[in-house]
Amino acid sequence: MAEIFVARADDMADGDRRIVRTNKGEIGVFRHKGAFHAYANRCVHSGGPACEGVLIPKVIELIAEDKTYQGQTFSEDEMHFVCPWHGYEYNIETGVFAGDSKLKLKKYQIVERSGDVYIVA
Amino acid sequence: MDMPNNEVRNLRFDEYHSGEHLRNATKQAIERKYQDFLIVDVDAHHYESEHHREVFQYIESPVIKRMALESFNRGGRSSFLGGEVGYQDIGGRVTRHWLRKHEKTPATPHKDITTTLRWMDAMGVDYTCLFPTPMLFLGTHPQPEIESALAQAYNRWLCDRILAHEDRIISMLYLPFNDPEAAYKTVKEFGGKKGVVGFMVTAPRYKPVHDNAYMKTYRLLEEMNLPLSFHAAYTWGDQALKMTNRFIGVHALGFMWFNMIHMTNWVINGLPERFPKLKVMWIESGLTWAYSLMQRLDHSYLMRTSDCPSLKRKPSEYMREMYFSSQPMEVPDDPSILEATFKMINAETQLVWSSDYPHWDFDLPGVIYDLPFLSEKSKHNILGGNAARLFNLPLKPVKKIPNVD
Repeated sequence: MAEIFVARADDMADGDRRIVRTNKGEIGVFRHKGAFHAYANRCVHSGGPACEGVLIPKVIELIAEDKTYQGQTFSEDEMHFVCPWHGYEYNIETGVFAGDSKLKLKKYQIVERSGDVYIVA
Repeated sequence: MDMPNNEVRNLRFDEYHSGEHLRNATKQAIERKYQDFLIVDVDAHHYESEHHREVFQYIESPVIKRMALESFNRGGRSSFLGGEVGYQDIGGRVTRHWLRKHEKTPATPHKDITTTLRWMDAMGVDYTCLFPTPMLFLGTHPQPEIESALAQAYNRWLCDRILAHEDRIISMLYLPFNDPEAAYKTVKEFGGKKGVVGFMVTAPRYKPVHDNAYMKTYRLLEEMNLPLSFHAAYTWGDQALKMTNRFIGVHALGFMWFNMIHMTNWVINGLPERFPKLKVMWIESGLTWAYSLMQRLDHSYLMRTSDCPSLKRKPSEYMREMYFSSQPMEVPDDPSILEATFKMINAETQLVWSSDYPHWDFDLPGVIYDLPFLSEKSKHNILGGNAARLFNLPLKPVKKIPNVD
């Protein structure tokens, strides 16, 4: 295991990401709500570059107390990143696949030191 | 602490390359040694609407040609060809749909040749049967003469601008099925053209395949030894499908629905008995529909042979002699279910792999290559051998898989 430099923390604003090529494969590093998250850039579906798609909040359905459908909206709490090949969505804070919680991307440890961000891989 | 020369890159959403988009697919192609055997994609697409200005020049009728060109000039405010409601890109989540406008290509060959070869090589494909995209919905156009005019123009454009210049791109040309006479003339005109390996009917339409008006076309195809395929699609205009309220519903059902109807009519009207040498292929409905329909029709047939007196065997036995494209291949958690489906359709000789690239639910060759229950020989047959026999293609691989680190 080695620490691999990703970026200066200040150089990554919220919503930014970097793709790091390592001898373990590519790793996507996201900054979200101030924290950093790192996942294997390989979709659980067919191996697409899962970390290279759009960021989009989870879609939720608005069901009233009387069980009637009132429309859809975006979650204010749960952000997803989406594999650009087929649309597989992952929770940016956990790497868990939105369509089946048994599946998730391999997560990598983040180390922040002296204003620098590293992944351990 | 290790500080190796790891490459760190930013993502860019203002550039695109069809090969780079499939970089991970190329790694799979190298790992699985696709270079060593033939892979044929029987169903992939381009966006012919990006070249409508070129295509419309081939329209024969001066009146329709003027309408088409004027419509093109007015852009989105015109609906000369109609359109289909939908959001295939899942609200922008499938990025190639909107990034592809940034792809840079040389002046020659034609842009669609360059981009098609890029993704073919990246994926490990030797030959691709190329189909249009918006035209998949043209069968529901209310004016048969518009369908016929555009089909003829597109087919001529495709032959002139694409197929004539690239051996690795082939096609089953669009049949204007709402005008049976035009369909017959289409086979006559294009049957011997370079790269034309058959003809294709877009499935969403309301003309039954057993209508007597089509018999001379089927006979001609049989005589020319050219396959007839039915390419699935959906239409949200269908009365039953209108009840679905999300794209996932209309797509999942629509892509099976029309092919199930055409297959049912094809078999119970005894067309396999009338045209025993005509090769028929069913495209982009996945596989579960066939597994189900074989059992449904067999079950009823045994009690109602009087409804289909031309049949000499059970419906499933005729269906098992047809060809099925694999995509979008359903992958159940239990592989034995898929294995049973393969057995049911006689996949060893009748299943032909397809990608449907670049559409939203494309498959890679790995959907077949990685199956645990297939022999190497079966994998090679399904990925390329069966299609090579059907289309009379050389067996030697010609792909050029790019290098990736």
